[in-house]
Amino acid sequence: MKRTALALTAAAMALTATLTYADGHAAHNSAIKARQGQMNLYNHNLGVLGGMAKGDIEYDAAVAQIAADNIVAAASINGMNMWPEGSDNGSVEGTRAKPELWQNFPDVIAKATAATEAANAMAAAASTDLDALRGAMGPLGAACTACHREYRSR
Amino acid sequence: MARFVRWFIFLALVGLAAFYFITRPQTVDAARFDALSGDADRGALVFHAAGCASCHAAPKAEASDMPLLTGGQAFPSDFGTFYAPNISPDPEVGIGGWDVADLANALTKGVSPEGQHYYPAFPYLAYSKMTDQDIVDLKAFMDDLPVSDTASRAHEVGFPFNIRRSLGGWKFLFFNDDWVMDAADTPQLERGRYLVEALAHCGECHTPRGPLGDLQYDAWLTGAELPGEGKIPGISPGTLSWSENDIAFYLESGFTPDFDSVGGAMAHVVENMARLSAEDRAAIAAYLKALPET
Repeated sequence: MKRTALALTAAAMALTATLTYADGHAAHNSAIKARQGQMNLYNHNLGVLGGMAKGDIEYDAAVAQIAADNIVAAASINGMNMWPEGSDNGSVEGTRAKPELWQNFPDVIAKATAATEAANAMAAAASTDLDALRGAMGPLGAACTACHREYRSR
Repeated sequence: MARFVRWFIFLALVGLAAFYFITRPQTVDAARFDALSGDADRGALVFHAAGCASCHAAPKAEASDMPLLTGGQAFPSDFGTFYAPNISPDPEVGIGGWDVADLANALTKGVSPEGQHYYPAFPYLAYSKMTDQDIVDLKAFMDDLPVSDTASRAHEVGFPFNIRRSLGGWKFLFFNDDWVMDAADTPQLERGRYLVEALAHCGECHTPRGPLGDLQYDAWLTGAELPGEGKIPGISPGTLSWSENDIAFYLESGFTPDFDSVGGAMAHVVENMARLSAEDRAAIAAYLKALPET
């Protein structure tokens, strides 16, 4: 009897552990997808601005402004619930976020703030003219790079 | 028997003499810099193009116009772990006490002021192609940088690679100062060749190496595996489909043609390249696209 109880307890504990793990895993997956969605929003709109900066797309002030505003909007999303502890590339699949990101949170916030400033500068420049757009592109790229250099594996 | 021993000793001495001759550290003729004077502003561009701060700044330091070259970054390799030394102008623990010939010996011969070989983790094979004027300008710029009094950390290299003299043999086998692209037909290609092959030392990461760490010039810039970094992509025409415009834009902004942004060690490179002129970035792109399709 005692032995059965013990076995049941052990089984229950194992099940709980598995469920917690699976649950945590699913939550992480969703968070990873969410933050990658945010990155994809940047990506799509940077494609418009960068295409114009490079001369691959003809410059259009209104189109450029939409893209720049979208980047500012995407940057305004509060990321606090999209970067849960344990969702780094050392713990789970499907992400390039390095564990160092969670060890240097104040620096991550500082870099994110700098990126928002660069996005605002782009929004102020995008519909001025092509030269202004080009001038804002470098700092915006540098702001993305600053974080990716430290906290994302290539 | 005695005759055999005599022959043995004779051959051993000849071998030893040859070893010492072959592995002796070689130096530049200091007089060739006498007539040159350095320009710190031009030197800043040489400095950034050569990527000095990417390795010699403290680990995780932010990019800067006037970086503090404390050293300390670790470079794992198949031969051990190298630590970038302090090259700030501190006279004791940095290179503040060096004259221009000392700097030229380090950059172009891989030899320290004490006459010791440097490990080729320091890309002197590339820097050996630097012009004298660039060396003098670089010296003028580096003399103005802030001073760090942090002592350099010793490399962690096992036997037999810890015998620096043996690096003379490595140089004897692999030190080659021919251009990889032998004909650079336009001023732009010539400039691109100088930037890629000499200053920016792109081949150090993007070209595969042989068992002794020797660059495989027949697979120039076709990509490689690098300890600590993983797979390094190729940037030759056969391995990279980006246009010239794409390459120049990437070197300026860090954005790939897919508008992903650069990460890892290459992020440092882009920080440096963004400080060069648009003409220089275009020259690099032109050079890369002009390489043979292999």
